[in-house]
Amino acid sequence: MIAPKSNGQPNLATDFCGIKSPNPFWLASAPPTNSGYQIRRAFDAGWGGAVWKTLNHDPIVNVSSRYAAVDYDGRKIIGLNNIELITDRTLDVNLKEIAEVKRDYPDHALIVSLMVESKRETWHDIVKQTQDTGADGIELNFGCPHGMSERGMGAAVGQVPEYCCMIVEWVKEAAQIPVIVKLTPNITDIRLAGRAAKKGGADAVSLINTINSVMGIDLDTLAPKPAVRGKGSHGGYCGPAVKPIALNMVSQIATDPEINLPISGIGGIQAWQDAVEFMLLGSTSVQVCTAVMHYGFRIVEHLISGMTNWMAEKGFQSTTDFIGKSSPLLTNWSDLDLSYKVVAQIEPEKCINCGLCYIACEDGCHQSINIESVTEKEFLKRTPSAKDRVFTSGNNQYTHGAGDGYVNIFTINQDTCVGCNMCSLVCPVQGCIDMKEIDTGKPSMTWRQYQALLAEGKIDPIQPPEHV
Amino acid sequence: MPTRNSKPTLKQLKQNFADVHPPLTPDEAITESSRCLFCYDAPCTRACPTHIDIPSFIRKIMHKDNVGSAGTILDSNIFGGSCARVCPTEVLCEGACVDNTMLNAPVQIGKLQRFACDTAHDQSFNFYQPGPDTGQHVAIIGAGPAGLTCAHELRKKGHRATVHEARSVAGGLNTLGIAAYKITTEFALTEVDRILHLGIDLKLKSRIDGAKLAKLLDSHDAVCLAVGLGNTAPLNIPGEDHKDVMESLEFLFQTHTKPLNKCRIGKHVVVIGGGNTAIDAANAAIRLGAESVTIAYRRDKQSMPAFDHEYEFALASNVDFLFNAKPKRFMTKAGKVTGLRCTRTRLQGKGRNAKLVSVPNSDHTIPADFIVKALGQEPLLDLLKSVPKLKINRKNRIVVDQTTGATSVKNLFAAGDCQADTMEEVVNAVQRGKITAAGIHAMLTEGSPGR
Repeated sequence: MIAPKSNGQPNLATDFCGIKSPNPFWLASAPPTNSGYQIRRAFDAGWGGAVWKTLNHDPIVNVSSRYAAVDYDGRKIIGLNNIELITDRTLDVNLKEIAEVKRDYPDHALIVSLMVESKRETWHDIVKQTQDTGADGIELNFGCPHGMSERGMGAAVGQVPEYCCMIVEWVKEAAQIPVIVKLTPNITDIRLAGRAAKKGGADAVSLINTINSVMGIDLDTLAPKPAVRGKGSHGGYCGPAVKPIALNMVSQIATDPEINLPISGIGGIQAWQDAVEFMLLGSTSVQVCTAVMHYGFRIVEHLISGMTNWMAEKGFQSTTDFIGKSSPLLTNWSDLDLSYKVVAQIEPEKCINCGLCYIACEDGCHQSINIESVTEKEFLKRTPSAKDRVFTSGNNQYTHGAGDGYVNIFTINQDTCVGCNMCSLVCPVQGCIDMKEIDTGKPSMTWRQYQALLAEGKIDPIQPPEHV
Repeated sequence: MPTRNSKPTLKQLKQNFADVHPPLTPDEAITESSRCLFCYDAPCTRACPTHIDIPSFIRKIMHKDNVGSAGTILDSNIFGGSCARVCPTEVLCEGACVDNTMLNAPVQIGKLQRFACDTAHDQSFNFYQPGPDTGQHVAIIGAGPAGLTCAHELRKKGHRATVHEARSVAGGLNTLGIAAYKITTEFALTEVDRILHLGIDLKLKSRIDGAKLAKLLDSHDAVCLAVGLGNTAPLNIPGEDHKDVMESLEFLFQTHTKPLNKCRIGKHVVVIGGGNTAIDAANAAIRLGAESVTIAYRRDKQSMPAFDHEYEFALASNVDFLFNAKPKRFMTKAGKVTGLRCTRTRLQGKGRNAKLVSVPNSDHTIPADFIVKALGQEPLLDLLKSVPKLKINRKNRIVVDQTTGATSVKNLFAAGDCQADTMEEVVNAVQRGKITAAGIHAMLTEGSPGR
């Protein structure tokens, strides 16, 4: 850990609509929060809070198997889906364990997820039983996209703002502790559900729940994954691959003037940077599931360490110093500056001559990278540091990055480069391709301003760029 | 590690010769394949003499298309499985890999290539069929990698191919001349079988001399000489004819042709030479149970033609090196070899052309009861000189058009070591076989080898 700056060790303590936790890292309502045993292990490992896996009056029955994953070119589980339902344990057992955990961990946030059929009395009953345990809050599971939705619960509620509002109202009639509404992403505009929650009296929202998904097909059996005796069903998708979708929705909720509720951000958080990003876009706490299912509770140490060191470096003392700080920077496309321009720049000394930037630009982008095949001698003349790449072994000489007597050298044609970033995204070497701002000499002008100036006849239309 | 027991059992010897580099497991192959960046105009592909599309075959492994991967490899190199084992990948594809620059370690291309080829082999997959019969008939002299590759390519085009091989086994040095710890006889022969499967007429124990070659030229539409080279050059020093002074290729052959406990070996072995064959022989000697093995080389370490990785591997196998030791005579006593008498040398000047001078009064004897000579192969000059009008260069190699393999004699082509100025690898022979086959095909179909 780096030494904290003179302004003192950053403090991760979190206050989420009155629910306090030692840090903003909570476990999402999911398989890792199925039992008191697991949540005790999680709190001992350092998690600040947990949302108990969704309760119902009667335990459900599950199928086997339940999970499937997307792997990507050698990395396991960039996405995970499940067809597991809510708790399969009795309400009595769950409530007893919740009370015991809360008694033993008074400083941790313990929230209980609930989902029952849409009857006012049924909701009143389970809310009362839940708050009798001493739990800090209630999270309404209006998002689960599989199984329960077919029974009129979960996403079936979350997708209809009127139902959402109605049930929040019922819950608030009985609840004396904060009520968080967990929103489903399986909706055209998540703000409608958020506004309904607000209207119903919710104290906070959490998002996103899992995304409706079909994970894939087993190419031997032709059965969907995960398979239950040769058949499958759509399930809830989560994991690192969903983070950008979640960030967009969190930002939409955070910036909606009608909602204005605390947000617990969820969706693909596996590293501290992910958590910071959710918070910069307006989340007060974050919830994690997939990364824990993959690696166990121990990963929280990395989340705490990374966020603390980043805060120290940035001079933030508490999380409230940066929560929502990036929200104003996320705007509409029409408010972006058309006069701003960046171009790619390749650092020749760092280039390993893989050609990935070239082929990405040539085939997928804007044909603005030059490829030049030069002799090894010429290469060494132009790139003196590359002498370290030349070796002799026996009678043979070989050069890393060379073959058939030549080396490919890549340069940016900055006249045609549109600054799309793609080459810098594919480049495997850190710091080899940078995007540099260049002065276009033009005054700042957004598309909105451009349209206005055009209408007033004060400006000529911008000419299209030249293409190959 | 090799055992140092004076009389190792056959089982121990087999263990000594077991794969030095074990094959990748499927998990290892998937993980390693995911390291490949999939370079554009990839340096590895360019550095491979046969230009195998390496990023493509690696990506197919990553996507669990091992048969497709093997197809990509074999399309460019029909000896892909052998080359995966015996290629000096360190100085070829893996030496060119850009991951060296970024991560100080290349993708293990050789091992991945072996993984793909072995999978296809395990599934007995046939990749190629003969082309429609053209009625043309080509004779190929020599069933080594160059000759067999040439025959394979011609057969794919529908030409008849008859291969004459002087030895009783096909595959040439790929089968016999590489120490058995690198490639097993069985595996080398499976790659030969894949080629013969196309319907190639292989005549073993069919040694071709000048007179027979003249007849073949008469009776065939084209003839390809792929005879390779002959034995090690003689030292012409006393004691050379002793039965315990062995020629390096003969020494290596026995690890393929005899049970390992019947191979000839001594307790204290000296290998003369500084090339890769010397290292192969020394490593094989250690694995055959020699108590000590010393490589004696007349120049210094920097001048040694052996690859650095081979040198390091020999050191790790407990081979000793004695540099600047020039053999003077083989010492014998009571009918037995007792040592190698050497003179110390030093180099005047720099580089490989530095002049070698003997240090006066520096004679010394390396004790040995078995000595292997690995001094580089000599061309089969008698055969080459018996062919009228065949041009040979001052290194006694056949002069060919490098783009077609055509020699100075009408309808006579050449491929492989017999036309190469320097010692080459299996992978170079394969490429020469491909080029010459293309030249022959062009002549048979267009009337001239063309370009």
